[in-house]
Amino acid sequence: MDFNDSPAEAAFRDEARTWLEANVPTSEELEGLDYIEQAKLWQKRKYDAGWACIRWPKEYGGRGASAIEQVIFNQEENKFDDLPGGVFLIGQGMAAPTLMTWGKEEHMLRYLPKLASGEEIWCQLFSEPAGGSDLAALRTKAEKDGDEWVINGQKIWTSGAHYSDYGILVVRTDPNVPKHKGLSYFFLDMKSPGVEIKPIKQLSGDANFNEVYFTDVRIPDSQRLGEVGQGWQVAITTLMNERASVGGGGGGFGFDEILALARQVNVGDAPAIEDSAVRAKLADWYCKRSGLKYTGYRSMTALSRGEIPGPENSIGKLVGAPMMQDMASFGMDLLEMTGAIWDEAFAPLTGMIQAAYMGSPGMRIAGGTDEIMANIIAERVLGLPQEPRADKGMPFSDVPTGAG
Amino acid sequence: MNFEFSEEQNLLREQTRGFLAEHCPMSRVRSILEADDKHDTELWGKIAEMGWTATVIPEEYGGLGLSYLELVVIAEELGRAVAPVPFSSSVYLATEALLAAGNEQQKESWLDKLATGEVIGTFALSEAHGQPTADNLTATVDDGKLSGTKIPVADAQAADIAVIAAKSGTDVGLYLVELDQAGVTREDVRTLDFTRGHARVSFDAANAEALDGGASDWGVIERLLDRAAVLYAWEQVGGAEAALEQAKEYAMGRYAFGRPIASYQAIKHKLAQMYVNNTLARSNCYWGAAALNSGSGELTQAAATCRVSATQAYYYAAKENIQTHGGMGYTWEFDCQFFYRRAKLLSVNIGSERHWQDRLITAVVNSKAA
Ligand SMILES: Cc1cc2nc3c(=O)[nH]c(=O)nc-3n(C[C@H](O)[C@H](O)[C@H](O)COP(=O)(O)OP(=O)(O)OC[C@H]3O[C@@H](n4cnc5c(N)ncnc54)[C@H](O)[C@@H]3O)c2cc1C
Repeated sequence: MDFNDSPAEAAFRDEARTWLEANVPTSEELEGLDYIEQAKLWQKRKYDAGWACIRWPKEYGGRGASAIEQVIFNQEENKFDDLPGGVFLIGQGMAAPTLMTWGKEEHMLRYLPKLASGEEIWCQLFSEPAGGSDLAALRTKAEKDGDEWVINGQKIWTSGAHYSDYGILVVRTDPNVPKHKGLSYFFLDMKSPGVEIKPIKQLSGDANFNEVYFTDVRIPDSQRLGEVGQGWQVAITTLMNERASVGGGGGGFGFDEILALARQVNVGDAPAIEDSAVRAKLADWYCKRSGLKYTGYRSMTALSRGEIPGPENSIGKLVGAPMMQDMASFGMDLLEMTGAIWDEAFAPLTGMIQAAYMGSPGMRIAGGTDEIMANIIAERVLGLPQEPRADKGMPFSDVPTGAG
Repeated sequence: MNFEFSEEQNLLREQTRGFLAEHCPMSRVRSILEADDKHDTELWGKIAEMGWTATVIPEEYGGLGLSYLELVVIAEELGRAVAPVPFSSSVYLATEALLAAGNEQQKESWLDKLATGEVIGTFALSEAHGQPTADNLTATVDDGKLSGTKIPVADAQAADIAVIAAKSGTDVGLYLVELDQAGVTREDVRTLDFTRGHARVSFDAANAEALDGGASDWGVIERLLDRAAVLYAWEQVGGAEAALEQAKEYAMGRYAFGRPIASYQAIKHKLAQMYVNNTLARSNCYWGAAALNSGSGELTQAAATCRVSATQAYYYAAKENIQTHGGMGYTWEFDCQFFYRRAKLLSVNIGSERHWQDRLITAVVNSKAA
């Protein structure tokens, strides 16, 4: 066990840091651009210099770097605050690995470089009104017509659909077999005729997710990933990578921020950081954050030895999201009577604490709820039995549904 | 960068686990508990023969000169087995104190005997309820004579020597005392884990030698406890893991309402929570082990982090393991009790969860100030 860089890793870290220092966009460069334009500017710059998606093979727009080099680059990049880029998470973190596992060579050559360069943004068209945690209960249907499929139905909670170029899509191709067996997986041009996107306003007041309606949308059969009826397996590839990529992030409000706050504000006449109840809470969060960090290092070691990241990655989100919620709530308590003020000019950290409070409930739901994550750990890591399922083995068309 | 144990270390783990499965099954722990013995002397002899007590002692002092990464592997396995031996007292505390603060002659006199296990050591700090501090410490050494009372002293009846925290004037320091002498009285005290003997030890002008090879201030005690905390944390993680396994095994086999209780979400989520806690604690223990092994400046932070998370993980796993067993879990006959007893013993032995949370935040704040 050696937590230090090897000489080769240290050299790589230096190279990455030097490049980042010289190339991270300045606030002047970003001024006047919207978030997407900012993200695209930074992504393109990384791509042109060979620093985008560095673990991917060169012919797909990457650098052919190792897993450890990817970690090192991420660590160095994360040292710069507020770099734009979250919009590429689904495409680069979920769609790309799915394409690499299930796609054809021509798909990879066509789509991966544009994902790496940030020219094209992808979204995830999985959840439906009737299929969330129980994703395989989705109903959007696809019918074969010559070399094409005709899609009808509705997706919901699709983050970034309104600015995406492509989407990964799971649909029902056979309603007469048990639910997991009747699904197929496609990718889709979001500009296709018959795709209609309607924003949904979130609890926080933002509108980053959407309803997406499909009316006779045609997708060429060549955009199918996996066999007809194999969609569930392909979706699992996406979901495994989702857990891995959602887990790490969270940016913005974290332990360092709550610690800084506890040093600034008082409890009674002394800094809050001297209060033992405050210290106990901070210590627990520090331990969790540190535990996640080193768990991440351990999975990276496994990755670098060629092992595939398994369901144990579910713990990142399961621990991280509720922790952010609790830290945000406690952060406002520390402010006492001004805690609820979400006025960027007045609130500390330009309102980041309140934003984390309002955003964290969504993190506990998106990408698999806390409860589903706990089920995954119980069943796939510990090997405990599934709960009895009312729909087991039943043709999808006979499965009972709620009133909603 | 490599965050895993080496192949040799994994081999050592297998070997250690196999050895303990044979020589320290739960039935053996039970026999010590029921006989009210202080520790398993036969097992101790075998452990010493295996060389575990010699792990990190340098070869020049009769040890194996291995690293702390080997020692934490052994610690975890001892924790899994809830081994009734004075290993933590002798190895994590007494040996470490000599290594850190002993002068050359003291190291030469004692380390080889600690290495072979023929001498057992312990450490004594606490004197009363509440947290020991430089101010409230009353044991004093005057002209080489120690007076005062320490309670509880872990494994005191088994030990030949003890490292004592005491004052000389206002200076706090560590003193080495041979326990088999006229000025020392040992009386049993009953703790909730009676597979490990504890005592009240009174010193009445007992001969004591300063461990003067290191600094002499409160910091020497804190640094000793930081090092021990990493090793304790590995034992705690081992125990927490074993408690999870026991809970899982029982839940798979026990049926209620026509199905295994392991298929009920309330039970599944309990076990998933154990897994999450244990994983975070283990990963923090990796950090602790690496910091201990490299003599890193981050040791205090790493030690307090792994100590807090391991303490919490073991407590949760031990109590919820009982809950998962239902009425059976609350019986004397079932082995759930061993984890529950040991979890608490280890958690207060070198300072409570609260104490280590506090130490962690002090270290974090200091590191940010630097
Ligand atoms: C901010 C945000 C962004 C999102 N972005 C996307 C996106 O880009 N693309 C996309 O496809 N989807 C997206 N989603 C949807 C998300 O994946 C689903 O909301 C999530 O999987 C839960 O499904 P649901 O909303 O239908 O809730 P339900 O499945 O109805 O769950 C309701 C409650 O029941 C619990 N529950 C359900 N089943 C079980 C069970 N078996 N055991 C125990 N408890 C259970 C859940 O944990 C939850 O507490 C997003 C959601 C959010 C909040």
